[in-house]
Amino acid sequence: MPWQWLWKTRNAIFAAALLAFCCGIVFAQGPQAATPSIFTPASTPATEINNLSYFVLEITGGIFLVVGGLLVYVIIRYRARDTDDNREPAQIYGSNQVELAWTVIPVLIVVVLFLTTARMIFAIQDAPKPKAALDVTTVAHQFWWEYRYPALGVVAANELHVPLSNTQDPKPTYMKLLSADVDHSYWVPQLSGKVDLIPNHPNELWIDPMRAGLYVGQCAQFCGAQHAKMLLRVYVDTPDQFAAWVKNQQQDGVQDPSVAAGRRVFETQACMNCHAVRGTAATGRFGPDLTHLMSRDTLASGILHNNKENLRQWIKNPDSFKPGSLMPAMQLSDDQLDQLTAYLSTLK
Amino acid sequence: MADSTFPNPAVPIAGGAHGALDVTPPDVRKHSVLEILHSWITTVDHKKLGILYMLYGIFFLLVAGAEAIAIRIQLAVPNNHFLSPQVYNRFFTMHGTTMVFLVGMTMIFGFANYLVPLMIGARDMAFPRLNAFSFWVTAFGGLLLYYSFLGGSGLYGVGNAPDVGWFAYAPLTARAFSPGHATDYWAIALIVSGFGTVGTAINVVATALCMRCKGMTLMRMPLFVWLFVVVSGLTLVTITPLTAAQIMLLVDRYLGGHFFDTQAGGSAVAWMHFFWIFGHPEVYVLVLPAFAIANEVIPVFSRKAIFGYAAMVAASVGIAFVSLGVWAHHMFTVGMTSASNAFFTLSTMLVGIPTGIKIFNWLATMWGGRIRFATPMLFLTAFVFQFLLSGLTGIMLAVAPWNWQLHNSYFVIAHFHYVLVGAIVTAIFGGIYYWFPKATGRMLNERLGKWHFWLFTIGFHITFDVMHIPGLLGMPRSIYTYEADRGWGTLNMIVSIGGVIQGIAVLIFAYNMIVSLRSGEKAGNDPWDAWTLEWATSSPPPDYNFATDPVVSSRRPLWDLKHPEDPDWKYEA
Repeated sequence: MPWQWLWKTRNAIFAAALLAFCCGIVFAQGPQAATPSIFTPASTPATEINNLSYFVLEITGGIFLVVGGLLVYVIIRYRARDTDDNREPAQIYGSNQVELAWTVIPVLIVVVLFLTTARMIFAIQDAPKPKAALDVTTVAHQFWWEYRYPALGVVAANELHVPLSNTQDPKPTYMKLLSADVDHSYWVPQLSGKVDLIPNHPNELWIDPMRAGLYVGQCAQFCGAQHAKMLLRVYVDTPDQFAAWVKNQQQDGVQDPSVAAGRRVFETQACMNCHAVRGTAATGRFGPDLTHLMSRDTLASGILHNNKENLRQWIKNPDSFKPGSLMPAMQLSDDQLDQLTAYLSTLK
Repeated sequence: MADSTFPNPAVPIAGGAHGALDVTPPDVRKHSVLEILHSWITTVDHKKLGILYMLYGIFFLLVAGAEAIAIRIQLAVPNNHFLSPQVYNRFFTMHGTTMVFLVGMTMIFGFANYLVPLMIGARDMAFPRLNAFSFWVTAFGGLLLYYSFLGGSGLYGVGNAPDVGWFAYAPLTARAFSPGHATDYWAIALIVSGFGTVGTAINVVATALCMRCKGMTLMRMPLFVWLFVVVSGLTLVTITPLTAAQIMLLVDRYLGGHFFDTQAGGSAVAWMHFFWIFGHPEVYVLVLPAFAIANEVIPVFSRKAIFGYAAMVAASVGIAFVSLGVWAHHMFTVGMTSASNAFFTLSTMLVGIPTGIKIFNWLATMWGGRIRFATPMLFLTAFVFQFLLSGLTGIMLAVAPWNWQLHNSYFVIAHFHYVLVGAIVTAIFGGIYYWFPKATGRMLNERLGKWHFWLFTIGFHITFDVMHIPGLLGMPRSIYTYEADRGWGTLNMIVSIGGVIQGIAVLIFAYNMIVSLRSGEKAGNDPWDAWTLEWATSSPPPDYNFATDPVVSSRRPLWDLKHPEDPDWKYEA
């Protein structure tokens, strides 16, 4: 009946309009500045992967247009009509030639895709490590990141600083990836693909960043209650910035007599069991190293701006920001909290 | 209505060479509720067990759907507090585990149970009592899993459920990181339901190999039955490593084993291998039944024989075989050698070849046909389209370097929901619209069916088309919330809205089944003018299926009966 067909058409138009609307929203909004899109790479492995992904998109897009087009054609051309007679259509049971053709064509596509992919796998995974490369050992914890620079004597947490590289004089960063507890995964999409950090199973990841700036990402392997708030921040510094940062990080913790009360709180409560401040008795390694806490932009693995108010609130009750975080609320008095915050705020 | 719109009025099929006439007088005595309950609980009839499997699957579909809606509400806006992180982690773990083991597995074996004996002209499965045992063990496994909400309290003293992800990567499952009993319920529930699954798989293979009616050679079996033989074989091979791994996990947790306990020198990567050598073929265990449904529905509604029967059989066996060698494409990021990564890239891409053959053969079946877009065919057409797309995103994921970006992102979530919902659930809906008249004697309402189809399909595309994008923009899976400045907010809101639309569609479907069961149009034996043996008997079929054993001489015995002047057996090699 014609009205039925009309009804179907109306549905189809409605569906198409809705899809167009959704796509419109997506593209009108566009990726924002902080969006870690894999299509805005800033470092060598990510750039190469980006180029490969366009090639694969072209091939799969082509397949989609051909096969999807055939499906649409078949639906329109061969739908039953009210004017049809009562006879069944001609029965066709198969055709060896045709079936051979649509077996061989996919085989050829697979060969092309595989060879391109294999070349990229070996190029990225087995890339020779230049002498100038910076070594960093990254240790994932529930739910934060520890960074150790063995050649520089620097220990940092949650915010990784690496030098800018360039094609003439490459200065890539090679990361050894370890885990202190469960599986995690290191993913900063604009710098490289992800690699997992697995206990008893050291892995390696390298980046060769070509654009200075801050790149964000986060843990990409479910690791427990606060997997969602295990954020990554990688600062690609110019050589001068990087040298200055290293110089500061190599110092012991600032010793300011005006906050001695706070330091006493730190050393007499349980804080120092888990945290280290170089130059003091605190050498714990279960939590982040706090020697240069105030040199970081964020607290609690990237989820809070690093300021006095947030720091105080975080120490008072970590669960208010990260329920399930392994840092306990120490039930400190308001005075103790003020003193402790004042002390920690001096650790530039 | 449905049959009157067909080019050929249904040919009455009763008696004759096929001996389908039911000669027993109808049982008109009124049964008490207790008698009815007793008959369902003690039944060994493959049809009743099939219906029990389906009801069980639909019940858990609603449960897991509700969990999905809760997940989507939580993710609709950044930094939402609708669910706590602990509850969110339980919900996504239970959603995944439920959908795969309690919805997917039970529904596919519901189809197998109900239809395999009917399609091969048998009176029941090869082992009816094993069949009943398998169902009740599987059902018990599901209840055990959900009992964890009450009984998993362990050290916490409060209700608890598994919260380690449906993949349950070690060592998060070690007692150090997962105290209490939630993880134990998860492991034991899967072992128990695995026993049931293995029992059914053995039963299906034995039935198809030993119980076929006279004249039905292997190459005359309906493709549906072929697919389920392959599925069952694959199930037997893949459930085993899963069960082994679960037992090893329990040994680790309670008997001081160190298989996966990294703190004592165990290997987390070993768990991944065990899990994915089960987990990837499992995808094919679930998707091959969708092909099975397509192989029946698409020819009947296109009014043409399936194109390339032999190639379809070969492609099905080929997919199953290749699927056993692709598992580590879930592990491109765990630090395998470059040679291993290349190998699994190649083996994964190879799956595309037999899969491509299938899609082309379905298109060729529709080509030159007279396609009737009743609700079953609408669903199966959407299935072909959505399966094509999920295959293409699968190729993207097989490209190991790109996988390093896409792995564990929302792109992967979108991809496998495209397979599981866009292909499998969609085909299952189509299959239910197609065979509901056979099982109940009444048609499902076409008008409600169209509402169900359009709402579900539109909702599906709003949700899962859009869901690819946040993955490309760096959003990882399994996160209970996300930062507002990442640019994922609007996209997630759209995804959530689509989820609600799908939820409404599923409720319409449930309503349709209840209403149609009471007052649907009477179906008759053969409402779709179909060709396989299940349509030769009454709707619903009598306990013994066929009064006399059918005899067939081609793949489409009812075609031969309806077209004696031009029977299939003249053309089949």
